[in-house]
Amino acid sequence: MSEQTSAGSSGADFDLSQFYQVFFEEAAENLANMETQLLELDVQSPDDEELNAIFRCAHSIKGGAATFGFQDVADLTHVMETLLDRLRRHELALTAGMVDVLLESGDALTGLLDRHRGASDEVLDASQLVARIRAHADGVAAAGEAQPAAVLPAAAATTAVSAALPAAAPVRGIVAKPTPVERALNIVVGPLDDAGLADQLADLFNEIPGLGRIAAADDGKPDAHNKRSFLVHTTSSDDDLLDLFTFHVSRELVSIAEAGGKPAPVAAPGEIEGFGLFADMEASATPAPQVTQALPVVRVAPPAPSAKPERADKPDKSSGVDTTTLRVSVEKVDQLINLVGELVITQAMLAQNGRNLDPIAHQQLMGNLVDLERNTRLLQESVMAIRMIPMAVVFNRFPRMLRDLAAKLGKQVELHTVGEATELDKGMIEKITDPLTHLVRNALDHGIELPQARTAQGKPEAGTITLSAQHKGGSIAIEVRDDGKGLSRQKILTKAHEKGMNVHDAMTDHEVFQLIFEPGFSTADQVTEVSGRGVGMDVVRRNILSLGGSVELDSADGYGTRVTVRLPLTLAIMDGMSVAVGDEIYILPLASVIESIKLDQQQIRSVAGANRVIEVRNEFLPVVELDEVFRVPRFETRTGSGIMIVVEAEGARVALLVDELVGQHQVVVKNLEANYRKVPGVSGATILGDGRVALILDVGHMVRRARH
Amino acid sequence: MQLAETAVQAAARGTVKPREYLTFRLGAEEYGIDILKVQEIRGYEQPTRIANAPEFIKGVVNLRGVIVPILDLRLRFGLGSVEYNNFTVVIILNVRNRVVGIVVDSVSDVLELPPESVREAPEMSSMVDSSHILGLGTLTDRMLILVDIERLILSPDMAIIG
Repeated sequence: MSEQTSAGSSGADFDLSQFYQVFFEEAAENLANMETQLLELDVQSPDDEELNAIFRCAHSIKGGAATFGFQDVADLTHVMETLLDRLRRHELALTAGMVDVLLESGDALTGLLDRHRGASDEVLDASQLVARIRAHADGVAAAGEAQPAAVLPAAAATTAVSAALPAAAPVRGIVAKPTPVERALNIVVGPLDDAGLADQLADLFNEIPGLGRIAAADDGKPDAHNKRSFLVHTTSSDDDLLDLFTFHVSRELVSIAEAGGKPAPVAAPGEIEGFGLFADMEASATPAPQVTQALPVVRVAPPAPSAKPERADKPDKSSGVDTTTLRVSVEKVDQLINLVGELVITQAMLAQNGRNLDPIAHQQLMGNLVDLERNTRLLQESVMAIRMIPMAVVFNRFPRMLRDLAAKLGKQVELHTVGEATELDKGMIEKITDPLTHLVRNALDHGIELPQARTAQGKPEAGTITLSAQHKGGSIAIEVRDDGKGLSRQKILTKAHEKGMNVHDAMTDHEVFQLIFEPGFSTADQVTEVSGRGVGMDVVRRNILSLGGSVELDSADGYGTRVTVRLPLTLAIMDGMSVAVGDEIYILPLASVIESIKLDQQQIRSVAGANRVIEVRNEFLPVVELDEVFRVPRFETRTGSGIMIVVEAEGARVALLVDELVGQHQVVVKNLEANYRKVPGVSGATILGDGRVALILDVGHMVRRARH
Repeated sequence: MQLAETAVQAAARGTVKPREYLTFRLGAEEYGIDILKVQEIRGYEQPTRIANAPEFIKGVVNLRGVIVPILDLRLRFGLGSVEYNNFTVVIILNVRNRVVGIVVDSVSDVLELPPESVREAPEMSSMVDSSHILGLGTLTDRMLILVDIERLILSPDMAIIG
């Protein structure tokens, strides 16, 4: 700890500003991690590993802040660290108040960091928070806890500091080091290639005065696994011991346990560097079964609710910080994607030209072209995967939001998330966050009832909101489900009548519920601070539609509501079906194509003279003739379109008439608006194998056009 | 600091310094546009038609992966249409980060025009809003119509932005 602080003073020697951005990014990540972990904490029986993870976050921020001279950040994280350190050593019992103050500190840190970054001018005074945290940290110590004071992982050669020092020292400067206690430890080293190394460890204790006593716990010979064990009496922390041992053996090979079998509950800051310390220390203490608490606290249930698998999850989650990653700016990735898009087009051109060659005479070239195609496709997939990030990025913001909101509304709610690992394009994630936030907020505000109302209906006091994400074919389905009061069909219909909407009683439930998405529609009895102003659901739908997705709502009065959002995985590439109309080629998003049928002109009937419909499988579909929509010039005498493609968008179907089906292929979606403007009926453009541009149809527009 | 000052001085002098124009022909007329707005010059290739667009928007082409709209200035200026041939040229412009191509009959040359040889254009009713005409440049035996191409391209009646 102290070595980090001292690094701060030497930091002035050279310009650190170039590293600021990295620090800010990492700090933001650490803060987000910390918040997630805090919200996941079970106040009754906090998990050691979770506390350690939170501690690591605070510690990393502190280290960075001190190095860069952000004293206020370092001060605040320092006291947080002190509190967390005492918690993870089980010297203090976790309380909801502590979680609150730590969460607030997280917010304050975000503010402080924003100011340092120049993103905000707001001057924050964290001194009150510091005092509050310190009060928490001192609280039990002042009450005279029997347990000996903490052994802080300070310098190894610490001589005993007077026990008279208060447990929490002034913020700045060296942390008070309470009297180190001598502990008896079982240390197992190995498997070792050279058994002599273990003896060198033993020599350390002879060479360093005050380190402690060591005695071989075995008879001086390695066991069957080439391991040696020792019994050590020492006042040094595990971390210091490990630091010393690394002179001779690597950390992974050393495991330290309290003599008596229980692993030492010490997770020293050293493990931030990612040593597999905890892999060796199989926890013997299984977390106590979760107790439902009556606090308005949101608990995120892990995908598997039982305690055992949860533990298995942990290394994954915490190692997210440690895994080898590379920070690359999005522009660089996007440029890569553009270039690969170019490559795909060039490859398609080559393939097309190659088709005209004699396959016998150019056998080798043909083979190479096939290789090129495969490699290009693989390259494209890998590059696209760079932009894919897990839904957890979005989901992680909801526990905090719901926690605060539930407290404000006096409701109780538990949030379950499923499929956080489902990946989605970064651009999509950014654009879906706001609509999703709105849906989740609605679920709590409109869906979940107050605790009394719930008990009266025989429901558990705490409502449940479930967020799930999963891949379905080429798209992702995100679901927001609550077990609240659901939607009342009657209420919606009455409201719709009041608004003068075109509704009737014979509408199906499904149709009625979709009215929620109409502009200006809100059935909330009261407009709350949170929602109910009727802006929102229509905006949500519009945003989702603009992403090429769809949104649907289902509800059962009294049982809850489910909103399903479907989105394409990426905006950059999609599966397309190319169709010919006259001499022109258009691309249809394959996802919206239901079927294509050879057309018999007889099937087309006219309705009221102008509109035409066609009967497909006992359903009359409006007919949209693409050549008419796009005024395609026809040179030959019109023979009429030969193929009908049934497409679906926004829950409705239409039949598109085209001349010919050309093929199916992945297309790189290009923005038409970058240099031109929005064209009605066209959602974008792509580049065909011959280098020409083809327009991508906006199926939603076709459907709306036919329906109105 | 030294560098910044010279840059400022250069900028100040730049107002005096004659500008360079790319000149091109549309029928019998010769036009000049600021060379700095020109990204490149290419041959004409058949663009992909865009439905329901004004007649002078020929469509969009693929310029190394960028979708670029192509306008025909002849049609825009009401000079009548002409068969595109091997000499038909597309000038790719870069105006305020938008890439737009204009079809012209041929590109003549790049000229430096001293300010004293630029006359104000007389008020006249034409297909082109006179506010888009910077002036008339005079050379020994030629007259150049100097067009503020950025304003022209981005003007609402070009239907490029919307």
